[in-house]
Amino acid sequence: MSSLQLVNPRVRGIRRSPHSGLQSLAAHITQEITQGAQKPFKEVIDVSSGDPHKAGVKPISFVRQVLAVCLHPQLMKNKTLPLDVRLRAQRLLEVCDGGSVGSYTASSGMPHVKQSIAEFIMRRDAGVPSHAEDIFISAGSQRALMVVVKLLASGEGETQTGVLTPRPCPHTLPPLLDEAGVTLVPYQLMEDRGWAVDLDELHRALKTTRGRCEPRAIYISNPGNPTGHVQDRKSIEEVIRFAAAERLLLLVDEVYQDSVYGQEKEFISYKRVLFEMDKEYSETVQLVSFHSISSACMGECGLRAGYMEQVNMDPEVTQFVDTMLCTDISTPVTGQLALDLMVNPPKPGDPSYDTYTQEILLTLATLSQNAQRVQEFLKDLPGMSCQPAMGGIYLYPCLHLPSEIIEKAKKLEVEADVLYCQMLLEEEGVFLGAGCQYDGTTGNHHLRLSILVPPDTLQEVLDRLGSFHRRLVRDKLPRPDGGVKDRDMGENVRLFSTAGTFPMN
Amino acid sequence: MFQIVLTLDNMNPNVRRVEYAVRGAIVQRAGQIEKELKEGVKKPFTEVIKANIGDAHAMGQKPISFLRQVLALCSYPELLEDNKFPEDAKHRARRILEACGGHSIGAYSASQGIECVRQDVARYIEKRDGGIPSNPDNIYLSTGASDAIVTMLKLLVCGEGRDRTGVMISIPQYPLYSAALADLGAVQISYYLDEDKCWSLDVAELKRAVDAARQHCNPRVLCIINPGNPTGQVQSRQCIEDVIRFAKEEHLFLMADEVYQDNVYAEGCKFHSFKKVLFEMGPAYSSTVEMASFHSTSKCYMGECGFRGGYMEVINMDPEVKAQLTKLVSVRLCPPVPGQALLDLVVNPPQPDEPSYNTFMKERTAVLAALAEKARLTEQIFNEVPGVTCNPVQGAMYTFPRIALPQKAIDKAKEEGQVPDMFYCMRLLEEEGICLVPGSGFGQREGTFHFRMTILPPTEKLKIVLQKISDFHVRFTQEFS
Repeated sequence: MSSLQLVNPRVRGIRRSPHSGLQSLAAHITQEITQGAQKPFKEVIDVSSGDPHKAGVKPISFVRQVLAVCLHPQLMKNKTLPLDVRLRAQRLLEVCDGGSVGSYTASSGMPHVKQSIAEFIMRRDAGVPSHAEDIFISAGSQRALMVVVKLLASGEGETQTGVLTPRPCPHTLPPLLDEAGVTLVPYQLMEDRGWAVDLDELHRALKTTRGRCEPRAIYISNPGNPTGHVQDRKSIEEVIRFAAAERLLLLVDEVYQDSVYGQEKEFISYKRVLFEMDKEYSETVQLVSFHSISSACMGECGLRAGYMEQVNMDPEVTQFVDTMLCTDISTPVTGQLALDLMVNPPKPGDPSYDTYTQEILLTLATLSQNAQRVQEFLKDLPGMSCQPAMGGIYLYPCLHLPSEIIEKAKKLEVEADVLYCQMLLEEEGVFLGAGCQYDGTTGNHHLRLSILVPPDTLQEVLDRLGSFHRRLVRDKLPRPDGGVKDRDMGENVRLFSTAGTFPMN
Repeated sequence: MFQIVLTLDNMNPNVRRVEYAVRGAIVQRAGQIEKELKEGVKKPFTEVIKANIGDAHAMGQKPISFLRQVLALCSYPELLEDNKFPEDAKHRARRILEACGGHSIGAYSASQGIECVRQDVARYIEKRDGGIPSNPDNIYLSTGASDAIVTMLKLLVCGEGRDRTGVMISIPQYPLYSAALADLGAVQISYYLDEDKCWSLDVAELKRAVDAARQHCNPRVLCIINPGNPTGQVQSRQCIEDVIRFAKEEHLFLMADEVYQDNVYAEGCKFHSFKKVLFEMGPAYSSTVEMASFHSTSKCYMGECGFRGGYMEVINMDPEVKAQLTKLVSVRLCPPVPGQALLDLVVNPPQPDEPSYNTFMKERTAVLAALAEKARLTEQIFNEVPGVTCNPVQGAMYTFPRIALPQKAIDKAKEEGQVPDMFYCMRLLEEEGICLVPGSGFGQREGTFHFRMTILPPTEKLKIVLQKISDFHVRFTQEFS
């Protein structure tokens, strides 16, 4: 029988995301409930990852109506569906081979959709030109990222390709880099500055690669996933200059570009900033940016479609992007159509415009209000604090854990924040993400909380979290000589802070 | 100016070796010609007929109504109030939505696939295979069968130099396999199908190939496509048993690509699933031979290529290896949910007592009957052309006739730096606007030439295409004699 030894070492080397362990636990608990087990809660609420529909956010009506008509064209005769829905479906079916969403498309995506995307990018970037042939559609932005990283990947050991990766980063990223066969080179984002990028830190990270790997790319997400940081133009320029000087391919994940809610904050794309810099940059710096329908406003994660735009890439290399995408044959058509609807939504005057706009505004308002509510809530929770987020769909609070939890985690050989999340799942049925990037100097752990959830759900989450956390802090408080029950919460927090951190290897 | 970071010279060397003939140079030229036609350029034809890719809907095949009704309901559940949709469609839509996060097909699913769909797939397999049990835990839903095939190859390739994993694949083969093997840096071990015996598989040839391969690599995997692509042969039960026996003796992991399992036309031919045969060979085989079989929603009677639905069933996999597989699939998050929903319908079609049954069966039968007729027609017409030899199209969706090329044509091709059958196909494209794939893209015996054509165009159009190719062949032969 084939044994573990005969499994591809590259596959064996893919690190297990701690998230998958928590996911299994959540699924297990859900199953127990279905089978009638008694729990202190009726259901598990999952706010650990970017899946708005799962959390109860509704899809955009226009998108689903158009897709329904494309799937079942008899619906074209259904007058209860708005006219613009039916016309759009008709137009889209015209550009599908055989007039069916069941046909394959070109491997890099339907030309019509690529053109829509190019036009969207131009509008977004105040006229900076964008061409359909630089757009590559794939089954989710992750797939596009994998293709580019694989293209870059070469060498082994010391010469293995390295990719500078932020800390924190999306929890799906490290396994992806492992699978592609590249070395992850972490650069720390600055928590005390709202998780900003720091140039000195980039240089420091680069220095560590000497003799360890060959750095060839830098990955960054803006808005930050999971930090919610939105870069300003100056910060983006800094990163571009750094990448140019150090010969790094820029890989920029901009999937949450549609969800900037912070006051006086605005999304500006890396491409736009690049093109507004000197020619020596704008004509040579190689940049790939990613977007997808798994965005905040669309939330269509399950339809699996995204795209990358390649800037200043060598066409001889780009043809291989197409070859690699060929082996997927083509991206799911319903996803490609959803992409078209995302970049080319109803316009003022269209029958669906009002509903569409309301739905988008509701999402943004929900994000903004939820962010505020969570920040206020966390202020009152001992041992928790959170940098204000300006965009994206997560909050990434910082957590100081009671020493008992840290000790228990050590014994169980898990990260303390993972243990926290496990206990929260078991005791309250709330599934938060664990940061898993313990910082020895600050004693900080982190949690990841998706705030793109209906307000009622968020309230439920906060109630349960609050209850759990206060119980944890109260119960795990190290008792000196008794009389602890009336100890003031504030004092407790100070106790933990001054007690300092516990040395964790 | 800053230096370019990513160049042809410093990119991944494995990726440079990847080719995929089905979408290669000839398809690009076909695309260019289509553009020219749109711009009004005069040509001896008014449209390009793309008989290169197995895409039924692109060639005019209609979707199955029931499937699309349910999918529309899943997409926009408000339609569940619409009384124009039959109850059985609504019932299935509700069941699928219930199983989706937040009752939306837009939520991620578990990376192995929606649980109730996997359960339905397992039940379908049991029913198909006369009751042999199938465990839903062994089912992995995927983004088309291609995704699952590449995943398995990725999992199994290891070793360096003489220990490098060797993977056996037929000549001719569907070029996804050769592309994946090139990308993974695995060793391709080719075994020839016997053109004179209707493209059948001979275990002696398997043995020859594997013995030769042991000199320079570690053969560990045997891939077989049944019904075959591009050849269309449907393996006999005896042959399948022989292959299983061979795999056991040589300690090979069997990968059985069965995506055309409903596409069987020839009299006396029947689809036998590898799993069924394996289990009917008794526990000495059924509890030891490791296998993965693959299926998809892109072919058969559905032809829903654009949904990227598929699955694989793994048999007798070491639990630790399976854990690695489960980890590997989680990296790509999840297969597209509409494809998973579609698969659920394919394995759970309308039953005789349900309102949609009659229409469903009528549509399904019509599609398969049309394909069978086209298969027969193709074989007949091509065999009437001197210099074209066409094996019966027993199944799948393609014909792979052998073409005799005059020496002068072969020489001319060489002059132009083209492989002879590519030269032939390019000429056909320019003169008649018909796009085929040259046999060299699939592999063939040295000195022989073929092309692959799909049998998918509507019957009347197919007749015209067959006639045009026949006429072209005669002309071409005359020109180069």
